Amino acid sequence: MVSDSVRPLAREAQVMPIVSDHDVVLVRRAARELAEEIGIGLVARTKLVTACSELARNVLEHAGGGRASLAVVSPDGARRHGVEVVFADDGPGIGDVERAFERGYSTKRGLGLGLGGSRRLVDDFALSTEPGEGTTILIRTWA
Amino acid sequence: MRDDEASSRTAILAIGNTLIATLQGSIDDRAALALKDDLSRRVVATAASGVLIELSAIDIVDSFIGRVIADIAAVSKLLGARVVVAGMRPAVAITLVELGLELPEVETAVNTEQGLALLGR
Repeated sequence: MVSDSVRPLAREAQVMPIVSDHDVVLVRRAARELAEEIGIGLVARTKLVTACSELARNVLEHAGGGRASLAVVSPDGARRHGVEVVFADDGPGIGDVERAFERGYSTKRGLGLGLGGSRRLVDDFALSTEPGEGTTILIRTWA
Repeated sequence: MRDDEASSRTAILAIGNTLIATLQGSIDDRAALALKDDLSRRVVATAASGVLIELSAIDIVDSFIGRVIADIAAVSKLLGARVVVAGMRPAVAITLVELGLELPEVETAVNTEQGLALLGR
């Protein structure tokens, strides 16, 4: 229940720190560039970039910082390409994951629309967290 | 220059008793909060009756920017001005709905011209 397994497909990734609100802008830009590179359409790309913005801001606000690892992945040879982004922090972790996905759960506490909103914007979503052990979230959008 | 590489900029223009705020580039959190403060001050200073927020140059609106827009609408209303958000890109609108941020309290228009018409100009 708490942890889907987070299994990145990427062997190498571009790792970007998230320590200020400007870093959120940089992560968005990097995600958009990868999405354009593999021809993800405008709507899917806008959703992916928005999800990156939400999740990067979560890292900043709830863990005080962390990192994003971005890569283009193609698991079945060259047939299918996707953008994979892994957000990781060493923050307090999420105590009640089920609640964190509820619509509107965290809006009053500045967490945007929670994780549920971000999950709806991408094709693949996996989360791993333990109280005191930080949080890792993986998202993917396929071209 | 790509949208994201332009530094976040906002410009506020007054036409009669209407203020037009144009958001450009990839707006970061500080720029969004600064816009909220600037607009509130300008509404009072110019006794504006309407505020048009023009979004056509913005390629993403996340929940933070969305909340700032909702706040601007709420504050302006308390100050006696009506707010219309104009020119949102279709991909941005689709994303906001899926994100769960429909901004029901904010009036919208498809473009600047219709936004100004709504504000009585």
